Amino acid sequence: MPKHYAEGCVIYMCSIGVIGDYDSICGFSALGLDIFPAENIEDAGRELKSLVSRGYGIIYITEIYMQQLALECEHYREAQTPSIVPIPSCTGVIGVGKALLKKCVEQAVGSDIIFKDN
Amino acid sequence: MSVINVSPTRMELTKIKKRLAVATKGHKLLKDKRDELMRRFLDTVRETKDLRERVEVKIAEANRSFALASSITQREAIATALMLPKQKVSLNISAKNVMGVNIPVFDIEEKTRSKDDSLSYGYAFTSGDLDNSISILSETFSDLLLLAEKEKMIQMLAVEIEKTRRRVNALEYVMIPNYQDTIRYITMKLGENERGNITRLMKVKDMMVEKQIEARKRQNEALSG
Repeated sequence: MPKHYAEGCVIYMCSIGVIGDYDSICGFSALGLDIFPAENIEDAGRELKSLVSRGYGIIYITEIYMQQLALECEHYREAQTPSIVPIPSCTGVIGVGKALLKKCVEQAVGSDIIFKDN
Repeated sequence: MSVINVSPTRMELTKIKKRLAVATKGHKLLKDKRDELMRRFLDTVRETKDLRERVEVKIAEANRSFALASSITQREAIATALMLPKQKVSLNISAKNVMGVNIPVFDIEEKTRSKDDSLSYGYAFTSGDLDNSISILSETFSDLLLLAEKEKMIQMLAVEIEKTRRRVNALEYVMIPNYQDTIRYITMKLGENERGNITRLMKVKDMMVEKQIEARKRQNEALSG
């Protein structure tokens, strides 16, 4: 059933992609997301570029790859899409997601006032 | 004191006074915009921080279950089980305007025949931990979607706040003082010209009066002589 959106909104459809090592991301395929296993950082970088050019709206990427692809992800920060979101891999949480939030707070406020306790 | 390079005339003075009024109004508006953006930004950051912690815990839990599953079941069996998903989602993106920034709003459309029938494999060849892992992930999915939306919002707001702050500072510390200095400079220059003019007129008047007195004296002398 079509939903009602506010006037003037641009609605378009796209897909959600997940990049990472196979063990960390294969569960997402059961949810209907497109998974793109990458064995190394070069593969991950290639996949990321290809997903962006194919117009993926959200790209979940494992934290380890996100950390190494920080420069590439920086390009898409100001753009409306894609939203590149780091997720923990099967080796555990390494805090890249929080570091990104922290960076945004520093950019906006000038100093970190949210995460300083941690 | 830094004065804009303009000729000190009345016309320029009116122009700069108008520009100062616009700059002051703009400064006030931008300052309000910055404050409101900042308020929303900080609220969203606090929410996102909690959301991220929650999602990270859930995904770690799902990964743990998956690790258990892959230690019992063969890797190939898991790969085969997950090869052809029954569920398919597509993402609808619409835009929301927050203080002049177009923030994307994500909304998913699931294409599943039935909610209970979402698993793409039979239970016979895989471990129960795999089902567990997938059910945790599917519970977390709505949070993951929200996280993507909020993190994008934070990134876009941060850029906008930085821009607005620069504009506010440029207006407050450079443009408005420059205009004020220029207005003072032109006013003083015009006043100086005015005073110069009056002095000149007085001087001319003095000279004329002196000449008249001289002429009258000579007239008197001629009459008496």
